[in-house]
Parts: sequence; C-alpha cells; structure tokens
Amino acid sequence: MSGDKILSVDRLAMRFGGIVAVQDLSFAAERKKITALIGPNGAGKTTVFNCITGFYKPSGGAIRLTHDDGRTIALERLNDFRIAKQAKVARTFQNIRLFPGMTALENLMVAQHNALMRASGFTFLGLIGAPGYRDAEKRAIDLATDWLRRVNLLDRADDAAGNFAYGDQRRLEIARAMCTEPALLCLDEPAAGLNARESAALSALLLSIRDELGTSILLIEHDMSVVMEISDHIVVMDHGVKIAEGTPREVRDDPKVIAAYLGADEEEAAAVMEGGS
Amino acid sequence: MKAKPGIPSILKTAFINALVALVLFSLMVGIRTEAGASGQLTYWTRFGELASLVGAVFGGSIVIELLRQWIGPTGAENLVPPAVKSGMSFIGRYLAPALLIFTLLVPVIFYDQRYILDLAILVLTYVMLGWGLNVVVGLAGLLDLGYVAFYAVGAYSYALLATNFGWSFWVCLPLAGILAAFWGVLLGFPVLRLRGDYLAIVTLAFGEIIRLVIINWQDLTGGPNGVSGIPRPSFFGIPLDNSDDGLAAKLDIEYSPTHRIVFLFYLILALALLTNWATIRLRRLPIGRAWEALREDEVACRALGINTTTTKLTAFATGAMFGGFAGAFFATRQGFISPESFTFQESALVLAIVVLGGMGSQLGVALAALAMIGGFELFRGLETYRMLVFGMAMVLIMIWRPRGLIGHRAPTVYLTKAKAISSDLVKEGHG
Repeated sequence: MSGDKILSVDRLAMRFGGIVAVQDLSFAAERKKITALIGPNGAGKTTVFNCITGFYKPSGGAIRLTHDDGRTIALERLNDFRIAKQAKVARTFQNIRLFPGMTALENLMVAQHNALMRASGFTFLGLIGAPGYRDAEKRAIDLATDWLRRVNLLDRADDAAGNFAYGDQRRLEIARAMCTEPALLCLDEPAAGLNARESAALSALLLSIRDELGTSILLIEHDMSVVMEISDHIVVMDHGVKIAEGTPREVRDDPKVIAAYLGADEEEAAAVMEGGS
Repeated sequence: MKAKPGIPSILKTAFINALVALVLFSLMVGIRTEAGASGQLTYWTRFGELASLVGAVFGGSIVIELLRQWIGPTGAENLVPPAVKSGMSFIGRYLAPALLIFTLLVPVIFYDQRYILDLAILVLTYVMLGWGLNVVVGLAGLLDLGYVAFYAVGAYSYALLATNFGWSFWVCLPLAGILAAFWGVLLGFPVLRLRGDYLAIVTLAFGEIIRLVIINWQDLTGGPNGVSGIPRPSFFGIPLDNSDDGLAAKLDIEYSPTHRIVFLFYLILALALLTNWATIRLRRLPIGRAWEALREDEVACRALGINTTTTKLTAFATGAMFGGFAGAFFATRQGFISPESFTFQESALVLAIVVLGGMGSQLGVALAALAMIGGFELFRGLETYRMLVFGMAMVLIMIWRPRGLIGHRAPTVYLTKAKAISSDLVKEGHG
C-alpha cells in the first residue's frame, strides 16, 4: 500500500489476561480515503478500534497518526479523552451512545465542548456574558445546524435524541462525531440495524464526508453492500490476526477471506460475497 | 397502559400486605413489654390493636390498588382533560415569578410574626443547599451523601476566621466558599474512579470524617462545645444593633430586633438567588452541558474529548462552594455552631429535597424545600404522628411522581422552539 498514510498500525497486540484478542496486527489507513476493517464475529475488530481510540491500552505495538501538517502522534501513549481532544480521532459506537435526554442540537453542542470551553475562557468569560463567547456559541450552533442538515435531521433539532428512530440515531451519532472536526473518523458498524434504503443513504453520507470534507474514515462493518461500495481499502481480520487486505475486488476473491467467513465451502461463500456487492 | 388487574389479584396483593403487617406488628404492637415494679419483665398482649392495624393495612392496600389504576403514573395523561392541562401549564409558567414576588414580600406581610420569618429563613437556607447539591446530583449525576461536610466547612471557616481574626462577614463569605470548594476538589480526587453506590458510600464517609475531625480537633474548633460568639452580619459595616452606631440610630428610626431578622432574610434570599442564577447560567455554558452529558453517558463524553476528571471536579467544587456560602450564613445567623448541626441527617434531608423536587429542576427543588421544611412545620399540630403523616405524604408523592415534582428537563439551547424533554428519557447518572 502506497500513498499518504494518516494512520499506521504496527505490530499491534492486545491481551486480556491469557486471552489474545489481537496479535501482531499491522495495517495502514490512507488520508482522505475510506478504510474498512472486516472479519467474522469475535475477530477482534472492536478491540482494534478501542486501542486506536484510547479505550484500551495496547499490550504491544505502535499506532501512529500523521496529521495534515506532518505532525505525528503516538496514539498508544495517549489515553482516554486526549485521543479525541489532541489527536482529533472521533468515534461512534456499535451500540449507539447518544445523550438520550438531550436534544439533537445539544448533542452536537457537547461535541464542540473543547472549542467552546476555550471560547468561554474556561467558563469565567462565559459566566459574565463576554461577547467573544456569544460569537463562538453562534458559530457552534451554525456548525451543528449544518450537520443536522447534512444528516437530514434539521426539522428534529429540538427533539430529545432518545426519541429518535434507530436509523436517525445512527446518523446523529455520526454527525456528533463530525462536530468534533476530526482528522480520522472511526465508525463501529454504522450500518448495523439499518434497512436497505437507510444503508444507501449512509453510504452516500460517508462518501460525501470523504469527498467534500476530506476526512479519512476507518470503519468496521458487516454489511457487505456498504463495505464493497464505499471502501477504498479493506483489511480482513480473523481470530485476532490479519488474513488479507487490498481493494474490495481483491478481498472478495481471496479464498482465505471466503474460508474465514463461511468455513471451507468456497462456492457458497463466493455466492454470498457476490450477492452483497 | 397495561391491563387492569382483576379483583383476585387486588385481593392477593392486599392479603400479602396484611400478612407482612401481621409479622411486623405482632411484636411491635401485639406484645407490650415493660419493666415491672421489682425490675422483672412484665408483658401483656394487645391483640385488638394488632387486628385493627392489620385490617387497616388490608383495606388500605385495596384502596391504594384501586387508586393506582385511576391515577397511576402511566395513566395520568389520559384522564386529565385538556382544559385542566392548559390551566396547569399556565400555572406552571407563572408559578416561579409569582413565588419570587411572594418571597420578596414575606418580610412585609409577616413583619410581626417572628416565627414565620424564622421559618422562611430556614426554608431559604435549604432551598440554597438544595440548589447547590442539585449541581452535583441533578446535573452531573454524582450521588453525594456527604454534602453537609461542605456546609460544615463553610460554617466553621466563617466562625473561626471571624472569632480569631475579627474579619467581617463580607470578607469571610467568599473565603468560606473558596475553602469549601477546595475541600470539594480534595474529596473529588480519590472518588473520581468510583461510580454509583461506591461513590455514595465514600461521600457518606467523607461527611462523617469532617464531623469527627471537628469534634476531635479541640484546639481549633472547640470540639463538641462548638464555637460561640460568632459575630452577627453587619449592613456593609454598619452593625444592626441598638447602639449609637447602629443602623436604626443612623436612619433615625426606632430600633427593633426584627430589623436583623429581615436583613438575614434578604441576605439568604440574595445568596439563594445567586446560586440559582449561577446554576442557570452554567447550564447554558459548555461546562454545564458537559455535566449533563456526563450524567447521560460518560463513555460517549470521553469519545468526544471531554476531560471527565476535571468536569466531575468542577461539579463537586461548584456544589461545595454554594454549600460553603450557605454554611457561612448559617454560622452568622445562629451565632453559635457545634458539630451536632452537621450530622448525616442534614445530608439526607438536602438529598431528599433534590430527589423530591426532580433532579436538575430549579423550581422543583425550591418547591420541595418548601414542602419538606415548611410542610414539616405544618404537621406540628399532629405531635407524635408528625413523622408518620410526613412519611406517608412522601410515599404518596413518589407513587404519583416517581421522578420528582418537576421531572422533565428543559433544553439549554434550541433552534426554533424549546420543548420540554420527558423524564423517561433523562438519565439519573451512574455516579
């Protein structure tokens, strides 16, 4: 794989006690491209995600993020909220984690917390109503409005997020992650539980994020129609190790991938892969 | 609304309740023991009373079950006619301003009634404490059972600074707040990793630790004897007494001890309103939204780059600071403080006010403080049965309004229209 890498994972290992979840995993994600991480259930995909986004501390290996300005950050040394704050990596969750008792707009405002905290002079300027903060808040509302329009939820801006339909919650969570203005967007199964029409809308949304905003995307996904349609590069994992990588076409025809997905019966697996594309 | 249970199920519930009552009361009421004339144990039975109690429980259970089918929390919407509903929302809109105007006029209306003025000051003190704790429990969702510790820190800060150095109330008030906030941060650090029940236990212990330190550090705090002779507050340097320099002499009016009470009333009202103003303001700032987001989902907060450690600490510190202000006021009002004023019961009372009011709701907390402190006084005429009636009232409110008097949440920012968010969606926090 050549080109401008935004994320490079080098010999990543993650062990929980005696259980090896991820072993010796190396891959890279290119800038302004969509990279997919696929594999059967229990392959260790979400563990990799949690290592990249700071929820787990890797047992070994290196994760490097290179920003547009050439700044390189060792993600395995940052932890917790700093990955999102300093390295500008945003993520969504497999089981949606919105703030259900807050409105859609409030959800997107919380995402801009760090920028607004600076603008509010760490609360002190905001408390006395300094004009600088009011402008910053207006800009934050504008950004949130823009994202609500993009995910087609503008008319529901003042409704509680917990009241949204499942597909709307998924889109709102992506909008919330994008409001942190990330360099790398990590999506954990964004198409899970969506119907065909919603999946197509999601694909269009992710492509527009890549093409219009130039944000790099890393996603885990089981819905092959989405993966094959939008991915520029696919990494396939099974049992904690990488078994294949390449373009959607290369991966689809790889016998090892087919075997991993559906046992040894290659013909059947090929049929499923074809059907999904 | 779920299907109504039939008569057999109601009878079954009533029978089980009666059985529990029989077991409970058979020893407490059924058998009466006393020391006899020569010190021996004598006892006699009171089966008549026991039977009437069990019968009351049986009958009461049936009545409550029937009532629950009519006015249960799930069915409430269907039964309230629209006219009543619009009336309620009208009342809701003007309740807060009306209450505020009434509160401002209390010293005018009840000028001659010292008892009511004292009670009003007490209620306002608890309103302020409730609003302070509301930041921690209601907004940030951190269950704090040791809030009285900050109240104590504030009270002792003022008492000791004023008696030892002779500093004025207006200098000590911010210091008391700062010291309490400092202790809030100090408590916050070790408990940040804890959640839910564990956090509650540690904060409970912290409340007790502060009290025990105050009792045992005799050189500084006077131990169980407390601190006496705490200076009364002055009207910006002018004392409120009947001396020649006093306010009454300066204004050339006749001195009355009520002047000081009225002054104290407006002082605590101003402090409480300051707390309210700051909380409403903070909610609309990024820090306040982060507190509420923390209550809703801590993991999501971390994924968005929010430093949950400092966010929790600021919530603790802010709540503690308001508790410290209230403590300083308490000390100057009483003129004497001792560790007995800062027991766990105070923490529990303030927490009950916050929970009863509806976590996060400013108006709800004020109403709950009025009901808990004022209502308790209202039942004074019932003497021994006061606690019983009070407990029953609380149980009824919790059946009728499980999420507090005002359970819904108002959004902090909106594009077109602010819509109240149902309490079903708002999380209570995990600690």
